[in-house]
Amino acid sequence: MIAHSIIQQLHAILGPGGVLTAPEDLAVYAYDGTFMDRRPDVVVLPTTTEQVSQVVALATAERLPVIARGMGSGLAAGSVPCDGGLALVTTRLNRILEIDVGNSAVHVQAGVVTADLQAAVEKIGLFYPPDPSSIRHSTIGGNIACNAGGPRCLKYGVTGDYVLGLTVVLADGRILRTGGKPIKDVVGYDLTALFTGSEGTLGVICEALLRLIPRPRFIRTALAEFPSLDDASRTVNAILTAGIVPVALELMDETAIACIEEAMHLGLPLDVEALLILETDGNHEAAVIDEIETAARICGETGARRVQVARSEAERTALWRARRSVSPALARKAPNKLGEDITVPRTAIPEAIRRIKAVSARYGLPVVIFGHAGDGNLHPNILFDRRDPAQWAAVEQMVEAIFAISLALGGTLSGEHGVGALKRPYMEKALGPLSIEIQRRIKQALDPLGIMNPGKVFPQ
Amino acid sequence: MTASHDQRPPESAYLNCIRCGLCLAVCPIYREYLTETASPRGRVALARKGLEGELVLSPNLFEQMYACFDCLACNEICPVGIRPADLALALRATQEAMHPARWKRPLFRGLIPHPGRLELATLPLRLYERLGLRRLAYALGLRRLLPARLRDLEAMLPCLPQRPLRQHIPEVVTPAALGFAGPDPTADEHAARENPAAGRRVGFFLGCAQNVLFAEESAAAVRVLARNGCTVITPAAVRCCGMPARGYGDVAAARDQARFNIALFEQAAVEVVVTDCATCGSTLREYGELLRDDPAWAARAAAFSRKVRDVSEFLVSLPLRKPTGRLDGRVTYHDPCHLRRGQGVWREPRHLLQLIDGLEFVELPEADWCCGSAGSQLITHYETSLRVLARKMENVAVTGAQIIASGCPGCQMQLNVGVRRHGLAIQVTHPIVLLDRAYEGS
Ligand SMILES: Cc1cc2nc3c(=O)[nH]c(=O)nc-3n(C[C@H](O)[C@H](O)[C@H](O)COP(=O)(O)OP(=O)(O)OC[C@H]3O[C@@H](n4cnc5c(N)ncnc54)[C@H](O)[C@@H]3O)c2cc1C
Ligand code: SF4
Ligand code: SF4
Repeated sequence: MIAHSIIQQLHAILGPGGVLTAPEDLAVYAYDGTFMDRRPDVVVLPTTTEQVSQVVALATAERLPVIARGMGSGLAAGSVPCDGGLALVTTRLNRILEIDVGNSAVHVQAGVVTADLQAAVEKIGLFYPPDPSSIRHSTIGGNIACNAGGPRCLKYGVTGDYVLGLTVVLADGRILRTGGKPIKDVVGYDLTALFTGSEGTLGVICEALLRLIPRPRFIRTALAEFPSLDDASRTVNAILTAGIVPVALELMDETAIACIEEAMHLGLPLDVEALLILETDGNHEAAVIDEIETAARICGETGARRVQVARSEAERTALWRARRSVSPALARKAPNKLGEDITVPRTAIPEAIRRIKAVSARYGLPVVIFGHAGDGNLHPNILFDRRDPAQWAAVEQMVEAIFAISLALGGTLSGEHGVGALKRPYMEKALGPLSIEIQRRIKQALDPLGIMNPGKVFPQ
Repeated sequence: MTASHDQRPPESAYLNCIRCGLCLAVCPIYREYLTETASPRGRVALARKGLEGELVLSPNLFEQMYACFDCLACNEICPVGIRPADLALALRATQEAMHPARWKRPLFRGLIPHPGRLELATLPLRLYERLGLRRLAYALGLRRLLPARLRDLEAMLPCLPQRPLRQHIPEVVTPAALGFAGPDPTADEHAARENPAAGRRVGFFLGCAQNVLFAEESAAAVRVLARNGCTVITPAAVRCCGMPARGYGDVAAARDQARFNIALFEQAAVEVVVTDCATCGSTLREYGELLRDDPAWAARAAAFSRKVRDVSEFLVSLPLRKPTGRLDGRVTYHDPCHLRRGQGVWREPRHLLQLIDGLEFVELPEADWCCGSAGSQLITHYETSLRVLARKMENVAVTGAQIIASGCPGCQMQLNVGVRRHGLAIQVTHPIVLLDRAYEGS
């Protein structure tokens, strides 16, 4: 229980409606996009950086954990208050402060929904490329805190590649501004990069200055059907080594296809082992078409049964709708799913998939595989029922086995979802003691009391 | 307090929610308040935690179910097949079963199912707008109406007074009776081609709001049907579709009304049951589901539901006569939630509007975003309703339209409030009225 006097002070900072304490409110701020569930003691909804600063200063004085939370779409339980405390929700920090056309930059508050940001800049011909599948239900602050990626990252890079500067409230309540509109800046350590991907453990991101680029005028998307999964994953390399940089190269295996089809009835083929979605873009229509056709031809040579290029915007949207909903559509199959996010060197994809399938067979639980094959980022999803202790035990072992596969192939634990609470036991294995020690010291320097999102990222 | 088994929605209604958050993107209530508690995912979590005993089934928990505007957007987007909107309705019924609210019984069983009584109750409304509104508010058990609200409520109403349509529309309207080329058994081939719908026997479901407040719209609907060769049967004894009762968790009353209406239209022996009210239409289409577990009625209810058509949907399925009259102006269209998502009807009303010469149709941005009406939400959730409405009106203003059409009385009332609050010079109407005018101008 949190002291009444603290609640009163929070009310004074945030005004009416900015502080939630009803059991119903606390119960719905207990989760993110995972099965983890732990209530905060109080929820605050600030609207300005100054309010965040005052709230965090108060939390420091009271030694109250501060858990930054965007829209709670995270897949690593990063915003779940493992030790209770204060859930600092950014959804009302939702103003686009400035669009600077001349410098191709946008200044936003952290709680802006990424899709809203994208729509706003696209209206004036600019483009914010990062496109996590959760683009309509995640915040830019959450994207930065997790350094979110998406299908387009293959060509355009991840969220961090677009962050020019940040306004961060530090653990003691002070407000730090990093970076600025200049694209080049080598003065001092790159603190912007430090906070990018920090998952709420170093400070609360309140504002961000983001780099924009001109919007590519032409896009072409194709769907290739592969009777053999091996052929599909080999194709990825064949395309990339042929000198084409597609915007996206997405892979879905047969279980993923079946799930999407069951949920969305899009008419996807159910008798193939894999689908690849390919996309090219640019400002010269002929070049864009040429690239997609070359990619399609390569698919044909490497075992695709059929390649279909979307003829209209509607067809294109449908293809992406399929890809975007694959992760949630899996849930039709089982009450719980655990989506991993390993990334392996591109050439190791076929081997990684083979080994993961073997793990699935060994433990008897289905594993659905899809992901951003172009950059080696795979999402093996284990389907299970958490109420069955035997299944849960198997899941824990399977996760370990999948991580081991990734590390053995020269890969990493997470390409985009982050560590959060779920992957922290595996951190040491992935990074080694020296890296962990350095990171602990950084954490210690910025958050000596350990109140920023405790119980996350670092191994126990 | 926990809910016993027969009062609770099945586990499957919430168990597989993976909390992905997709539904937050489309919820008009979430997008205004930006709190998880006001989101579909939050409502599913509250329902689950309440039903599983982790939370008390408190009044505040149930209130979150009433804060849902039943716009169905979350149902549509959820890739897992969870239907948060339906779950919110089911929880309202759980609450009713656990603690029946005393004011609901006379309203949903005594007043609303009886068109005569309802007309009487709203009589003052038709006579004196302002005074009448007070009476209506009183009849609906509402207290403490603020003056600003009163003004908004007044703006909800179309031009009054009018007589309830039920009191003067004939139960059977033939094309001939209105002076249109009628079904003629001796008609030659040419005439049949001219009038291919000839002889179709169509039931018309006259909704409560249409009957009392928008009588002219339903009169227009019947005229347009007859003009296209249909014989229209409008049973005068028809009862409320049952949506208000369901919305307030009184499922038993909703079932009674459903049974009554099914029997009534069976007697009328009609091919289809047409309505010009989006909410009635979506409710009538759910009779099959509502009575699924009633062995005596399940099959009849399912058969009835299969016959239900929105008026625009039915008209477009006919070889429609092209109106030769002309209407000038720019028109846009707002999709009622219960028409677009509830019934999958959205191309058809646009098609009808585009048939009219002189009328320039412009698409409304976010046309299918809820307007915030949701039946009585302007009365019960005034603040929220106005916030949702504001987003709609910003989009309406962008179109530069002089007319906004929408196939639902609830939406029209809400849009009327919006037009007035936002100082727009826009006429709100039903597409069928414009079509009727275009025919009449021929
Ligand atoms: C269906 C689905 C698809 C997804 N697809 C992708 C994908 O394609 N690519 C991808 O990268 N991710 C994906 N994700 C994961 C998730 O959407 C991203 O991690 C997203 O960036 C989280 O944003 P959020 O606003 O929901 O943050 P939350 O889930 O609320 O928080 C995530 C983490 O960020 C921290 N945080 C949030 N806001 C701030 C802030 N302002 N300051 C400091 N820390 C903060 C939290 O403490 C937490 O550790 C997907 C998730 C789902 C459910
Ligand atoms: S209701 Fe559906 S869309 Fe919403 S969080 Fe649950 S699974 Fe996702
Ligand atoms: S029905 Fe509409 S208002 Fe209700 S929860 Fe779903 S999206 Fe929100």
